[in-house]
Amino acid sequence: MYSASDLRKGLKIEMDGVPYDIVEYEFYRPGKGQAMYKCRIRNLLNGNVTDKTFREVDGIGEPNLEEREMQYSYNDGEHFVFLENRTYEQITLNPEVLGDQKYFLTEDMTVKVLFHNDRAIVVTLPSYVEKKIISTEPGARGDTATNVTKAAKIDTGYEIRVPLFINEGDLVRIDTRNGAYAERVTKK
Amino acid sequence: MTDKRAELRTPPEATIIHPPSAISSFLPVLHLRSRVLQAIRRWFGEHDFIEVETPVRLAAPALELHINAEPAGDRFLRTSPELHMKRLMAAGAPRIFQMGPCFRRGERGSRHNPEYTMLEWYRVDAGYAEVLMDTKMLLLAVAREVKGTTELTYQGRPLALAPFWERLTVAEAFLRWAGWDPTKVYDADRFDFDLVEKVEPRLPREVPVILTDYPAAAAALSRRKPDNSAVAERWELYLGGLEIANAYSELTDPVEQRARFAECAAARAAAGRPVYPLDEDFLAELGRMPPTGGIALGVDRLVMILADLATLDDLLPFRE
Repeated sequence: MYSASDLRKGLKIEMDGVPYDIVEYEFYRPGKGQAMYKCRIRNLLNGNVTDKTFREVDGIGEPNLEEREMQYSYNDGEHFVFLENRTYEQITLNPEVLGDQKYFLTEDMTVKVLFHNDRAIVVTLPSYVEKKIISTEPGARGDTATNVTKAAKIDTGYEIRVPLFINEGDLVRIDTRNGAYAERVTKK
Repeated sequence: MTDKRAELRTPPEATIIHPPSAISSFLPVLHLRSRVLQAIRRWFGEHDFIEVETPVRLAAPALELHINAEPAGDRFLRTSPELHMKRLMAAGAPRIFQMGPCFRRGERGSRHNPEYTMLEWYRVDAGYAEVLMDTKMLLLAVAREVKGTTELTYQGRPLALAPFWERLTVAEAFLRWAGWDPTKVYDADRFDFDLVEKVEPRLPREVPVILTDYPAAAAALSRRKPDNSAVAERWELYLGGLEIANAYSELTDPVEQRARFAECAAARAAAGRPVYPLDEDFLAELGRMPPTGGIALGVDRLVMILADLATLDDLLPFRE
């Protein structure tokens, strides 16, 4: 159990069997009254965000969470299969657990899998991945502006906004945390 | 971003409150704050109040169930200057004010800082009603001097400091928005929670609001109402939804004060909080204090209102 004074941004807690993480946290003490902890919490199972105020007297559940490194192995057409190298333990995840992350997986990529009561709930990829642009409108030569963008597609079919100077066949770095273009990769 | 779950993977980012380069952006606010402090001092000077300075390091900070003092060597930093100021009133001072730092351990939020500037004043032969008159006149004078008007805007909404101040009793406000009357049957946990979750969010923002006549149990140092001993003569001022000041008809009965301190000490011990020694000098002199009205007003929050700032982060250049 946590007590209310343990609360802080990023702490993971549990309520009614559901794990949450604290996105925003605000200390507040009315007048002569007791301390309140106004939190915005995110359901780690479905991403929904809600507000919750904890009082000093409230006990707060501590979720049974474990994070393990695993390697992406393959996609069987529906599910995504990951392996733990050390133990050869295998898990199969629905695409819903991965969300847009599924577009950024590459074979043997090492990812962090968060388990809640031994059930995989969140997969975290490396912050940046490199992907090849397979289709986009031709860019204007010499246009190096980065604030004007156009649509492009990567090899997994994911659509992304890229600067005008990016061409088909270019390798780009993508921030997996927000799914956005980060920079062009120049291979020497 | 359409993928809600992607948010789950974002690691919490480190928060830098104010990088060194940002400190210069606080200079206009500091200027306004300085004018507020001057306007406050001018008003008290014009109304025959004496400015006093009392100790900051205390052997015996006032006992409040939910307020924790910051230890400082073998003493504590004051959470409020009230006990020393009341000793001055007991010694015969008619009207005194003090503006200076107070410290509350562990209180940090967008509207709280562990150290902050408190304005307290005390008026003899007066109660919370007279102190309300002082507060109205003070705030109007300060707003006129600093802003040139009493028609303010706070966070996109009008806030008119004159002519009307909404006055709500705690019983009225709780019956209206929380469905129960804490002055009939008091439940401390429920009171605090409903105050924060149900009452405060619904208080009018366009005019100053006085929430008044608290359950006696929620007012450790104030006098009970003569016609209703379940209710204490205490009010709180809200401006733009922000709690600004707390006023009392001060308790002058040393026997009842000692009993309330003892009750509070027991509750603190039961909650595992440090229990501070009783200020015996204060208790010995309290019986000589004439009827007195007193108030504590948060200067930082008042400046937030006048400068139209959303949080203390926007006000304090050196925020921890």
